[in-house]
Amino acid sequence: MKEIKIIGRGGQGGKTAAEIIAKIGLNEGKFIQSFPEYGAERQGAPVFAYTRISDEEITIHSDVKNPDIIAIIDPTLIIPKMVEGIKSDGILIVNTNKTSDEVRDHLKLKLKDIYTVDATSISIKYLGKNIPNTPMLGAISTATGLFSLKDVEEEIKHKFLKKIGPEFTKKNIDSIREASKEVKQ
Amino acid sequence: MSKTKIDRTPLSGAESVAQAMRQINPEVVAAYPITPQTGIMHAFTAFVNDGDVDTEMIRVESEHSAMSATLGASAAGVRAITATSSNGLALMHEIVYIAASTRLPIVMPVVNRALSGPINIHCDHSDTMAERDSGWVQIYCENNQEAYEMTLLAIRLAEHKDILLPVMVCQDGFITSHGVEGVKLYKDSIVKKFLGKYKPKHPLLDTKNPITIGPLDFYDYYFEHKRQQSEAIHNVRKVFPKLVKEFKKISGKDYGFIESYMMDDAKEAIVVMSSSAGTTKEVVDRLRKEGRKVGMVKIRMFRPFPISEIKEVLKGVDIVAVLDRVESFGAVGGPLFNEIRSSLYDYNNKPKIVNYVFGLGGRSYTPELGRQVFDEISKDKNSKDYEHNLVRYLVVRN
Repeated sequence: MKEIKIIGRGGQGGKTAAEIIAKIGLNEGKFIQSFPEYGAERQGAPVFAYTRISDEEITIHSDVKNPDIIAIIDPTLIIPKMVEGIKSDGILIVNTNKTSDEVRDHLKLKLKDIYTVDATSISIKYLGKNIPNTPMLGAISTATGLFSLKDVEEEIKHKFLKKIGPEFTKKNIDSIREASKEVKQ
Repeated sequence: MSKTKIDRTPLSGAESVAQAMRQINPEVVAAYPITPQTGIMHAFTAFVNDGDVDTEMIRVESEHSAMSATLGASAAGVRAITATSSNGLALMHEIVYIAASTRLPIVMPVVNRALSGPINIHCDHSDTMAERDSGWVQIYCENNQEAYEMTLLAIRLAEHKDILLPVMVCQDGFITSHGVEGVKLYKDSIVKKFLGKYKPKHPLLDTKNPITIGPLDFYDYYFEHKRQQSEAIHNVRKVFPKLVKEFKKISGKDYGFIESYMMDDAKEAIVVMSSSAGTTKEVVDRLRKEGRKVGMVKIRMFRPFPISEIKEVLKGVDIVAVLDRVESFGAVGGPLFNEIRSSLYDYNNKPKIVNYVFGLGGRSYTPELGRQVFDEISKDKNSKDYEHNLVRYLVVRN
């Protein structure tokens, strides 16, 4: 079983990203769970969203304490408290313009697999606004190999084509592709 | 991406219930919003808006009115549903009792949430446990699939001629209600065939056979009517297995009043309800790998209480920990503990039994806590004075 934690702020789409990853798992015939952690709901508060993907039925119904993968989609949340509990062989993907070594020092982490990508700039470049969750999906794909770029693109089309139209869907996909190339270890 | 046909849909527990309601297509749904139930009505009112159901959706001014309108519609002779949580259910309390004693087959999904105060939106079972003597059948669901299927089964159970009682289908607030899982939905045509067309026994609107509903009933007959109500809820014991057998042709599942997990040779057991049962299964799996003879019993139906199944499953066990997600103030332990302990009274070689109050107000129940319970009762097994510590609180500050 893989356990993924997505860290963002209210309104940044962390919950949607977690659900998209879960849906990709489901499409592949795996068992999935996806759930946000609800605190006092206020705009801008840190929000955690989780996904579990497994080959076997998932019976556990509690928070993820030791994630295999953490994705931080808001650069102001790169703080040690946020990455507590990550597995020693886990993977961390961070939206930042800093390098992975800088992030490792800042977080005082021994983790080998830290990836960085400037998802905010990519989001602004393609989507005209700061919704970094979409490009982050491309970065997560490259960093973890948990799902392919094609999987994300198909799911984005499935989820958004009707809602936002072909032009904006394409821009979303372009942002995902760029982030998947730009993400660095 | 694999192109194999996936037969599961990603749905939250609330959406899973809304899908069941879409297939039930009740004539009347009355509701008042309250978190975390809102997810059900949010999804269901979209079906109403899109014309996927023929339901008359009544938006009322309070939960007291929601239950009253549902009761009125059910008395008139149609399928009627409402849903609620926490203080919403508490506000319905008066009409909840009247619905049961009027013998109306209302189905009500409840998303369990802690009762105020202090105000809290998260899960515990204080809301539905406060209604445990109301005369409603109570079913508690572990996951989204179960919430979907139990809502369908509840319709047939409520409407059965030997029962004619309302049914609550409970699931854990946020934990399952807002958690997405892959849910296998059965075809509309198959489900509709299973549900059948509702033929009310005594519809108020049958003007050729006029009846009175809700008359005064004093010392001359009130007692007899209460006794009949009690007979009716115990008839669930006979009817539910038959309905499960029929539904098995669709679901392939053997739903019992309880679910035992690794209990065949278990010496230590946890008894628990709803989503925490799933987490406990994970704990049992981990401890079994270490060679420990542990098991879990999930109470699926709390009312009527499955006494004979409990006696049978806990027979050879050394010690049992009953987990109550509610505090019963001034009592010796929670309501589930008292039911289980009372069920075992007649045995000469009864297992030792302790109670854990846990998860109040949404406090997380993790596999680590489940392990802690097993570790503690494992020590209590050989202790003589475990009774001095009969009711415990699973991780609470002093």
